Amino acid sequence: MFIVELSDLQGLITALQGNGYAVIGPTVRDGAITFDTLNSVDELPRGWTDVQEAGSYGIRRREDDALFAYNVGPHSWKKFLFPSRLRLFAAQKAGKGFEVDPAPTGTLPRYAFFGVRSCELAAIAIQDKIFMDGKYTDKHYKTLRKSACIIAVNCVRVGGTCFCDSMNTGPRAKAGFDLALTEVMADGKHHFLVEVGSPLGKSLLQKVTHREAQDAEKVQVDRILKAAEDKMGRTLDTQKLPRVLQDNFEHPRWEDIAKRCLSCANCTMVCPTCFCSTVEDVTDLTGDHAERWRRWDSCFTTDFTKVAGGNMRMSTRTRYRQWMTHKLSNWVEQFGTMGCVGCGRCITWCPVGIDITAEATAIRENSMSTLNG
Amino acid sequence: MNRKTQAAEVEVLDPMTTHPVLIRKTIWENDDTFTLTLDMGDYGQGFRFLPGQFNMVYVYGVGEAAVSISSDPAKPAVLDHTIHRVGLVTTALAQMKRGDVIGIRGPYGSSWPIDCARGKDVCIASGGIGLAPLRPIIYTLIKRREEYGRIIVLYGGRSPLDLLYRVELEKWANDFNVEVLVTVDRGDSSWKGHIGVVTSLFQYIKLDARETIAYVCGPEVMMRYTVDELDRRGIPQTQTYLSMERNMKCAVGFCGHCQYGPTFICKEGPVYPLPRVRPLLDRKEL
Ligand SMILES: Cc1cc2nc3c(=O)[nH]c(=O)nc-3n(C[C@H](O)[C@H](O)[C@H](O)COP(=O)(O)OP(=O)(O)OC[C@H]3O[C@@H](n4cnc5c(N)ncnc54)[C@H](O)[C@@H]3O)c2cc1C
Ligand code: SF4
Ligand code: SF4
Repeated sequence: MFIVELSDLQGLITALQGNGYAVIGPTVRDGAITFDTLNSVDELPRGWTDVQEAGSYGIRRREDDALFAYNVGPHSWKKFLFPSRLRLFAAQKAGKGFEVDPAPTGTLPRYAFFGVRSCELAAIAIQDKIFMDGKYTDKHYKTLRKSACIIAVNCVRVGGTCFCDSMNTGPRAKAGFDLALTEVMADGKHHFLVEVGSPLGKSLLQKVTHREAQDAEKVQVDRILKAAEDKMGRTLDTQKLPRVLQDNFEHPRWEDIAKRCLSCANCTMVCPTCFCSTVEDVTDLTGDHAERWRRWDSCFTTDFTKVAGGNMRMSTRTRYRQWMTHKLSNWVEQFGTMGCVGCGRCITWCPVGIDITAEATAIRENSMSTLNG
Repeated sequence: MNRKTQAAEVEVLDPMTTHPVLIRKTIWENDDTFTLTLDMGDYGQGFRFLPGQFNMVYVYGVGEAAVSISSDPAKPAVLDHTIHRVGLVTTALAQMKRGDVIGIRGPYGSSWPIDCARGKDVCIASGGIGLAPLRPIIYTLIKRREEYGRIIVLYGGRSPLDLLYRVELEKWANDFNVEVLVTVDRGDSSWKGHIGVVTSLFQYIKLDARETIAYVCGPEVMMRYTVDELDRRGIPQTQTYLSMERNMKCAVGFCGHCQYGPTFICKEGPVYPLPRVRPLLDRKEL
């Protein structure tokens, strides 16, 4: 493990750019911490923090000039790897038929994601399973993913809606990064403890002024991260939860949630693992050129499950049930992990503050099954 | 962006890209159902499918629909799709003629298992358009008719005019010793056959429970009643297969639309062994 001083952190951005990466990182925009192109350390949300609760989000000034003292915002990295709109192919009229032009993947950017939280690493690993590890591969996703560099940042404070500890996804990044930084501000010092996660990370670090970390400095970080873990905003008991939800398919709580849920789909848009999409076909005015686009979709939309014979999920009750049961139960059978990483976004950005941890707990506590958790 | 910042292309075939193929003919089966015969051209080289699998069929500028392949798997260069006109894509397909070009990608999904049927009786129960995904397995069975015991086809339609493949149904009965039993919900003046739901045809057949393999496809209610009937007749659940349908946008496990409980119909289905979906069939609005 190594130490990079605050004053040398710019060197890492410069090194990434020198390696040909388009660097993306957190920045303050429109009252939120979102992701954008990052050229300089000065563009990071220095001295900002966020305050998150069920149904509310705000940013506040801090007393210090910490660079990473906030948690995840409305954006997640899926917006880059799995863009909200993507052209799948274009077709050009040719005689009686048409010719197909597949989506070009050769001109995609090489991203360096700067400031990826541990829960987000887990979310990326989950989307990898969907788009790269099955029988079929999403070529666009794979091209971007394989060439992306990941600079993780450990969470030294946790947010009001976070529960990564319960989901075993944080707050400390364990794998899946090229470099992982922990920001340390104590005793007049402001530096970063750096862990190397790959040969790429190692070569990047060589371009940045750094030194070996002392044992005391490592222990200090262990302590900081342990303290964060103990302050988790929320918890979710995952013991046998997949079974509990299956056994409570007709639980009255689903109707209770439906009375509050607006079916607005916010939760699915902000969720870093939600992957549903739909397609749109467009033609130009002459009709000589057609395109097929993919865009994000949500299991909360009314026609998501429409078939010629009717609609499979007709109510908010059954749509919310599908969403939560998918996240916390069916996903396990489909992909070997839960579909929730405990980032808290769905709780924060739900306009009426519906809290997945509270709802799952309510169902467990009044379980209709013999299991009782 | 300079060259250096560009991602290296990863060598995989994009599964969402469609491939143009030629329509050879359209045959109207009834008022709103037609069979397209496709000349697969270049895309046909190396295209093989199993009975029960489906394609994503694309109409230029309009969209895509999941459609089962309804022709003989032994002839993959010329494909049939039997299509019920219900919406945007299927209506556009209905208007296409010989020589027009549509897009195809596939084949996708699981198939009717055939090995388990060797030496056994086969009971096929279908309703409406549900006979289309079963036709390839019927072709396969009658090609080696001697390898199977009884072959029973139970088929129900809304009215006599709605029935698919009427000529072939007769041919299977007459030339291939298939026990074909047909019923309609509503008869007409010319109809001398049975009137009632598909399950009511079971009263006319005796099944050797241990020796029968059942393939079922039709509207979900029909399948629910049919598996109950098969259950009553003691057919072990492990010997029954059914094909499910859900809204589907990608057919390759990306879009999330076709989830059926813990399964994706495009990946694990559409054909499932009954024990896999039996608990799901009873769940409303799953
Ligand atoms: C595995 C599988 C095999 C199928 N095989 C056949 C077949 O052999 N023949 C056949 O006629 N049909 C088949 N279908 C159904 C067919 O895919 C839909 O009817 C078709 O997508 C409707 O497209 P559309 O654009 O004409 O209708 P739309 O204009 O999209 O809509 C018409 C109605 O169908 C619903 N719908 C839209 N998309 C789908 C969809 N993907 N699946 C089901 N309903 C949908 C709409 O919500 C609406 O209620 C199959 C479906 C699946 C999943
Ligand atoms: S379900 Fe909610 S808490 Fe879990 S990963 Fe998605 S947005 Fe985050
Ligand atoms: S749970 Fe909240 S965010 Fe999700 S659809 Fe309902 S109201 Fe919208």
